[in-house]
Amino acid sequence: MNMTHFLCSLLVIAGTTFLIRMIPFVLVRKKIKNRWIRSFLTYIPYAVLTAMTVPAIFFATSSVISGFTGLVTAVILALSKKSLTVVAACSCLVVLVTELILKATGLL
Amino acid sequence: MSTQSDFRRGLAAGIPIGLGYLSVSFTFGILAVMYGLHWWQAVLISMLTVTSAGQFSGIDQMRVPGQYLPMLIAQLTINVRYSFMSVSLSQKVSRHFGPLSRFFLSFFVTDEIFAVASGEKEVSRSFFMGLALIPYLGWSLGTLLGALLGNVLPDFILSALGIAIYGMFVAIVVPELKGNTSHMVVVFLAALLSCLFYFVPVLNKIPGGIVISICAVTAAAVGAFLFPVPDEEEPEAFEKEGNAL
Repeated sequence: MNMTHFLCSLLVIAGTTFLIRMIPFVLVRKKIKNRWIRSFLTYIPYAVLTAMTVPAIFFATSSVISGFTGLVTAVILALSKKSLTVVAACSCLVVLVTELILKATGLL
Repeated sequence: MSTQSDFRRGLAAGIPIGLGYLSVSFTFGILAVMYGLHWWQAVLISMLTVTSAGQFSGIDQMRVPGQYLPMLIAQLTINVRYSFMSVSLSQKVSRHFGPLSRFFLSFFVTDEIFAVASGEKEVSRSFFMGLALIPYLGWSLGTLLGALLGNVLPDFILSALGIAIYGMFVAIVVPELKGNTSHMVVVFLAALLSCLFYFVPVLNKIPGGIVISICAVTAAAVGAFLFPVPDEEEPEAFEKEGNAL
């Protein structure tokens, strides 16, 4: 790949991504008082995470079934207030075991 | 809490993110080399950008020379969600977070780092730095390994790692839903919209990054309309000029 083309593309990709993150973070310094905006900002993280997780989690592993068992594991552990690392590690483990079982039974 | 323990707490919270990033950026590394980039170019893109959807779309468009305007538009739409996150985060950071810290640390505002930071009552600088470190290393290292080694990790390990990031998301969202109708409605709506965009023909042609922004903004906007959060006590009731966005 041509070096000028690479550098220009890199500038576009990295530059826009940085500016989008940096400008609002540096400019918005005061506490926002508007009630609707504050409510919106309270809900936005949960909305973002949910939109990213569903339905993607079902297609993140080799089988929808292991995605499902991984999700159920995560929900149960999250409800019992386990830490992020524990929840993430256990769902990985359950996916691994589920897929081994699926392979052994010829379903995968 | 002390600076050092804040930093360590951040480091620990970053471990699952880093593990998740390792597997995602591994895929990015493999793909970048397949698209004709050198290994160091793939690593450089990851180290200077630190975003998933934007990088994947970027290397895809790089295959056709001269497409800088479409590339710019794609980057803007895919990444616009970060500006909402930055505004949200700006409300939570401690007062030690000066303009310079904001300038440099905004670089690390990713979906996952933002999500974990949102769980904090107040985000201190040391917590945020600790939190960003391992994911950043994971993202860079994963790209390097993917670009150099290609498909060496067995599929079943990659598959299991694929769920790590989502398991973490569940761990952040689900505890908030217990007995909390407003959050439940927002989450349900976001999931419903996201499924619509995934499965309904035509809608599923829209790129993933912008879909996340549309779903999240709609769900949060409806939530804010139906369930406005209670007003904070205002210690500076006389401060008139403080009424600014």
